[in-house]
Amino acid sequence: MLVGFRDRIAEPWGARTPYGPGDNWPTRVDAHLADSVSAGQVERWVQSASILHSNGDAMDIAVSGGRIVGVRGRAVDRVNHGRLDPKDLFGWQANAAADRLTAPLVRDGGRLVETDWDTAMDLVVRRSKELLAEQGPSALGFYTTGQLFLEEYYTLGVIAHGAIGTNHVDGNTRLCTATAAEALKESFACDGQPGSYRDIDHADVIALYGHNVAETQTVLWMRMLDRLAGPNPPTLICVDPRVTPVARAATVHLAPLPGTNGALMNGLLHEIIRNDWVDHDYIAAHTVGFDELRQQVEDYPPERVEEICRVPAQQIREAARILGTAQRLLSTVLQGFYQSHQATAAAVQVNNINIIRGMLGKPGAGVLQMNGQPTAENTRECGADGDLPGFRNWANDSHVAELARIWNLEQIQIPHYAPPTHLMQMMRYVEQGTIRFLWVSGTNPAVSLPELSRIRSILSQQRLFLVVQDIFPTETTELADVVLPAATWAEKTGTFTNADRTVHLSDKAVEPPGVARPDLDIFLDYARRMDFRDKDGQPLPPWHDAESAFEAWKQCSAGRPCDYTGLSYAKLRGGSGIQWPCTAEHPEGTERLYADGQFWATPEYCESYGRDLVTGAPLEPTEYRAMNPGGQAVIKAAEYLPAHEAPSDEFPLYLITGRTLYQFHTRTKTGRTPELQAAAPQVWVEMSVKDAAAHGVSEGDVVEVSSPRGAIRAEVRISGIREGVLFVPFHYGYWDAADPDQHDRAANELTITDWDPASKQPIFKLAAVRVRRMGGVS
Amino acid sequence: MKLDLALRELHRSEKSLAADLLKVADRHKVDHEIYHVARDLARWSQQHGYELAEVGKRYGLTLADDVESDSGLLAGVREKVSELAGRRPEPGLLLLADLRHLHRVAAGVSLDWELLAQGAQAAKDSELLALTRRCHPQSLRQMRWANAMLKVLSPQVLAS
Repeated sequence: MLVGFRDRIAEPWGARTPYGPGDNWPTRVDAHLADSVSAGQVERWVQSASILHSNGDAMDIAVSGGRIVGVRGRAVDRVNHGRLDPKDLFGWQANAAADRLTAPLVRDGGRLVETDWDTAMDLVVRRSKELLAEQGPSALGFYTTGQLFLEEYYTLGVIAHGAIGTNHVDGNTRLCTATAAEALKESFACDGQPGSYRDIDHADVIALYGHNVAETQTVLWMRMLDRLAGPNPPTLICVDPRVTPVARAATVHLAPLPGTNGALMNGLLHEIIRNDWVDHDYIAAHTVGFDELRQQVEDYPPERVEEICRVPAQQIREAARILGTAQRLLSTVLQGFYQSHQATAAAVQVNNINIIRGMLGKPGAGVLQMNGQPTAENTRECGADGDLPGFRNWANDSHVAELARIWNLEQIQIPHYAPPTHLMQMMRYVEQGTIRFLWVSGTNPAVSLPELSRIRSILSQQRLFLVVQDIFPTETTELADVVLPAATWAEKTGTFTNADRTVHLSDKAVEPPGVARPDLDIFLDYARRMDFRDKDGQPLPPWHDAESAFEAWKQCSAGRPCDYTGLSYAKLRGGSGIQWPCTAEHPEGTERLYADGQFWATPEYCESYGRDLVTGAPLEPTEYRAMNPGGQAVIKAAEYLPAHEAPSDEFPLYLITGRTLYQFHTRTKTGRTPELQAAAPQVWVEMSVKDAAAHGVSEGDVVEVSSPRGAIRAEVRISGIREGVLFVPFHYGYWDAADPDQHDRAANELTITDWDPASKQPIFKLAAVRVRRMGGVS
Repeated sequence: MKLDLALRELHRSEKSLAADLLKVADRHKVDHEIYHVARDLARWSQQHGYELAEVGKRYGLTLADDVESDSGLLAGVREKVSELAGRRPEPGLLLLADLRHLHRVAAGVSLDWELLAQGAQAAKDSELLALTRRCHPQSLRQMRWANAMLKVLSPQVLAS
């Protein structure tokens, strides 16, 4: 079945294929070919998976005449059963956009000019060596993405943590998935998604916390819609201040005030514990910390929570009853929690509901702490995001020693005196001038970070040497000293892993444009030119291409939770994605973690000793050893704290930011895809009926939204969002704006510089703003 | 019975810790995590101050419960200075010195809570004992926070 683009823009979730609990989700193959191409003209179908969202939908790329001409979902794949997101149906066209970066650029007298690889790389290498000699590794920082491949992250991790020995490595996963990882580390002392997408097939209750799955992971929502359309459908609970498609399908929709998720979760737990909807045997056998949680949530009866969150007490009771009496409870969490105040504390309380109900590791009973990006999981595993590779514990000397042995380096070469530096702290070091070389790969901080006027001024400092590696000119490449043109999906081979631990292979289908090169080749070229060596004088890293990098990563992952040793390119090619851990004992991978109530939480093995959820202070090894000697699940309580910015007389409204289904990140690809760009061409601001009336604005009016940090202009959409709250999508920067220097449409002009002390994830969903009408319908 | 002395001393030290936390927040406004978390932690000390004033009445004490919620007249000046110096590396050393100071003050407060808890047990004042059990862990968390931030931030300050 070929689905035309008009259908899938207007009906992004396509036709229903209903099924019942425990049944197999029916297959539906979505495909789209260029208008000028018939199926018979496709010369090759090349195996891949999506990199335009975090779901990990497998697809084949149609190739004809050396060009990509379309895509088709892979029917055999466990993740999507043939379905594709509209972004994937159309987004491949951006690979061939006319303004791809096709040659390196260097800054010359204030503007970027084309050059060759030798010239560009010599500049990068010379500056690296100068700074290493002058200041040492602390002068260099690396900021990567959630959209490269596993092999590239691992290579970057080895170069940065090992060869250079800097602690300053992070990914833009800090903005999307840091809290998912931290919440899992707090509850299970180790990263690793407990649940499986197949839990949707079995669940009788699905609770979605700040997770607008209908727009962020459309294929996963198709799966839920198909359950809802089938016999014995699950009951949905939705926590979201907006009336999303999920909210409309939910039996209970809780719309808390921004910044109050922590109080709401404590209220739900209060009711669940008060009614004794808990599995005491499970708690006794597999957990520590329940008494502390019980004491903490005693202070949050529904009436008090109603005052804080402005959610009716009766709704809280009703939601708690559904959660508390579910037979198979699946909980999912995303940015509504991760990018808000008390992010980790709130996400951990979701884990707590499943833990105290004994709802882990069984079909339909699990937790999915989601990702926002396609390869975010690999950034976390490979040590490119503020973790050490293989979920190794920076505070455990024996883990660092093992890593030093794998890399054949002296242990002191690998920084482990503190957690790897998180992005927002790196930006502060750049601001202070102690990081003087920043290499940004595959991300666009000049649009995606909070408080953009600050970010622009930091990144445009003369004393900073800024290297930007990307596939298109962006607002960030504009500020760079050197721009390196990269190959992307379909132009290179590698693997990546989705939010439910499914590893996919993505094969090269076509040549990259101009002299653009795979990110892996660029990193390896840098390593060779820098002449990095291990302690025996051998080249570091020793690998030379994607498959040899994958084989090296397998060795690094051996015996760790994210064990890839049972996987190979040959095994991944032709079949479906496979979930790690995948070993000789479990050659087909592992569907669910913690099925037997056994955790990776012993003090010797665990990735993290955890942090104080309010102060963010890491626990000392001895504290953890005393708290959890047996390596059980950790039930961690947290008090509610008022948010750091609240509406005032001057700025009386809350702002939250987020996504639209049709765009991804800063639209580098989706904005260059005609169907997607036409579906969501311009920024807008959502307001409630009442707020619109109070400000005298109507649908389509242009308003100025301003915060203490900046102002934007946007058209008004009147929606079901809760009163007192505005929503602005974050995708819209300036590369295709009428006047790029106006800085009047990126949501992050308004956002605050503040982050969760535990996960260090910036708070995008809480700023105080005001609205002023500019003009009528355009 | 000298519990009133212990109460008075702890009330004084909590007030002074709250004021120090707010001062450090102002002085390092451009170190955003320090700014926000120090203000959150100051609230704990303020709350402890209120509760000590309340329980102090039973011991014939009139302890001021008007704990300041900002760091006084100079707050704005300190914030401005912080912003003006935000591009320079030198405030890094000042921040380390401030965190070191906070750690010492919080350690003092923590010891005072320990003394009060010992006294409350000897005097069989279970209400006072309950108060110490509620508040003392927060003093320890304030202290560990200062220690942790020192550990995280010092390598860059010292090696660059």
